[in-house]
Amino acid sequence: MGRITLDKVAKSFGEVEVIPPLDLTIEDGEFVVFVGPSGCGKSTLLRLIAGLEDVSAGEIRIDGKDATAVPPAKRGLAMVFQSYALYPHMSVRKNIAFPLRMAGLDAAEQERRVRAAADVLNLTDYLDRRPGQLSGGQRQRVAIGRAIVREPSAFLFDEPLSNLDAALRVGMRLEISELHNRLKTTMIYVTHDQVEAMTMADKIVVLRAGNIEQVGSPLELYRAPRNLFVAGFIGSPKMNLIGGDIAARHHATTIGIRPEHISVSPEAGEWHGTVGVSEHLGSDTFFHVACEGIPEPVTVRVGGEVSLHHGDAIWLTPDPDHLHRFDKDGLRVA
Amino acid sequence: MATRHSRSAARLMMAPAVILLMGWMLVPLTMTLYFSFKRYLPMRGDSLERGLDWVGFENYVRFITSSSFWPSVQATLLIVGGVLVITVILGVLLAILLDQPFWGQGVVRILVIAPFFVMPTVSALVWKNMMMDPVNGMFAHLWRFFGTQPVSWMSDASVQSIILIVSWQWLPFATLILLTAIQSLDSEQLEAAEMDGAPVLARFWFIVLPHLGRAITIVILIQTIFLLSIFAEIFVTTGGSFGTRTLTYLIFQRVVDSQNIGLGSAGGVYAIILANIIALFLMRIVGKNLDR
Ligand SMILES: Nc1ncnc2c1ncn2[C@@H]1O[C@H](COP(=O)(O)OP(=O)(O)OP(=O)(O)O)[C@@H](O)[C@H]1O
Ligand SMILES: [Mg+2]
Repeated sequence: MGRITLDKVAKSFGEVEVIPPLDLTIEDGEFVVFVGPSGCGKSTLLRLIAGLEDVSAGEIRIDGKDATAVPPAKRGLAMVFQSYALYPHMSVRKNIAFPLRMAGLDAAEQERRVRAAADVLNLTDYLDRRPGQLSGGQRQRVAIGRAIVREPSAFLFDEPLSNLDAALRVGMRLEISELHNRLKTTMIYVTHDQVEAMTMADKIVVLRAGNIEQVGSPLELYRAPRNLFVAGFIGSPKMNLIGGDIAARHHATTIGIRPEHISVSPEAGEWHGTVGVSEHLGSDTFFHVACEGIPEPVTVRVGGEVSLHHGDAIWLTPDPDHLHRFDKDGLRVA
Repeated sequence: MATRHSRSAARLMMAPAVILLMGWMLVPLTMTLYFSFKRYLPMRGDSLERGLDWVGFENYVRFITSSSFWPSVQATLLIVGGVLVITVILGVLLAILLDQPFWGQGVVRILVIAPFFVMPTVSALVWKNMMMDPVNGMFAHLWRFFGTQPVSWMSDASVQSIILIVSWQWLPFATLILLTAIQSLDSEQLEAAEMDGAPVLARFWFIVLPHLGRAITIVILIQTIFLLSIFAEIFVTTGGSFGTRTLTYLIFQRVVDSQNIGLGSAGGVYAIILANIIALFLMRIVGKNLDR
């Protein structure tokens, strides 16, 4: 079981309020991702749940029981740190066994559980090495191993992949998702990478300056961002946000249209512009088009290879079904 | 590239320093060795101009068969060991304490280092006369305040007194090195251990202490080198009596009090051998700790 409820939880460091009172419920077995720009309080929120920081106000409940004053070790949660935080002087085996040893399990049981975890994480060949003799990905796996042997009711990950290179990151992302599917344990995962958020999450929590901007499934956030911040944050490349007369024509202060929801034509369309920089990814091509009456270049996605060149004049037409409209407070208009 | 060339140039430029240092070491060492095989009693009229008699290993045999030799080795080891134990244990505790955030941290840290700047002679005299004097010392007052008989430290607890004084001098050094080591400990490791269910003492034992292992070895190594040759503290307090005659002090007495330079030199050679045995011993342990 691992149902975590935050009830008006707030956190201040001295005078500075990092997290204003906030409510959030994380269901048992859910994979929840906290995402937001740097310094928005993701790590702080995670550390509050872990018990490594004390809340300034509010209540944290785990499986319905008040855990606000419970010390970290007693909350039944396991955490994987950004720096891995492995114990450098202990072998991989001892690292993974450490929580079991602290819990007073006998040696045979420790060994059995360490073996099982090492099997799952492909670490069997490295059990006698020191962390210093492992690659970044292997260290990450040891850190996860140390978390899973405890059989916690929820896992907390704080940007676990940010020290890995791009290829390894994709691999580990899949492994963590796979682990979640197998264990079906609640996982809370902090990242500032919205691709990680979109690909892994059951539920995304978008944070800005300690405030929850929106909570929802990846597709909900993609389809119906609640405000301009979420609209600009979720999706890659970013949604085009256009104000002024063009937005007024759609009865909004700002309109948003994703690059993949704009069609391109050489003859006719709604907006006229010239092709600027193009980015060829093979499967897709992104064009940055300077349009008349729109200050920022509009990003457009076109499938496959397209022969458009710098300086070509083209017409763009937004798909009306996928046009997002926002009012003067930046909130979504249905 | 001119690596070969620059390497020989580098050698040339280092040569003066190396030669100077070698001379610094080798000249006294050879002289000690030379005198240790000679009969050299200036009071009896021996002198370098008239030539010294070769006596073979006589000085060595006399030094080692003298009834003061083994007690002096024991005293040396006892004092060095005692100071090491006290400075390392208290050093670790003080380092942990100073690592906590508290008001006036900067001033306190400087005050903690202060004893290191006091000359050994001065600090030993201060301890002897101000703290440990059986009539007027601070300890005597303290003892009397609690209604007990003051201890005459220098005679009844002489070795302990020396250990106390020397520890007081070396504690800052140990604390300083251990404090810098403790500050380099990744706080996430401690947090991870906390989440893994390790209570405070377990965190200290399994995380902090192993992290300090290397610094502790360095403290032990450096202190041993200096502690083997402590002299002033003994000279101004007990003068080598009441079981505080270390090997260094014995050599001093042989050369200066008995005016037997040959015998003292032989003692010096024994001291070198003892130091090397200890160094070898330490290096074995340290080596394991350092190459990680
Ligand atoms: N111990 C502390 N004392 C004072 N302020 C703090 C402390 N820890 C964090 N903060 C502040 O709280 C805010 C949120 O920090 P937090 O580490 O939670 O950000 P984050 O969302 O995890 O950012 P990042 O993506 O860069 O890791 C920051 O403005 C930070 O300066
Ligand atoms: Mg963070």
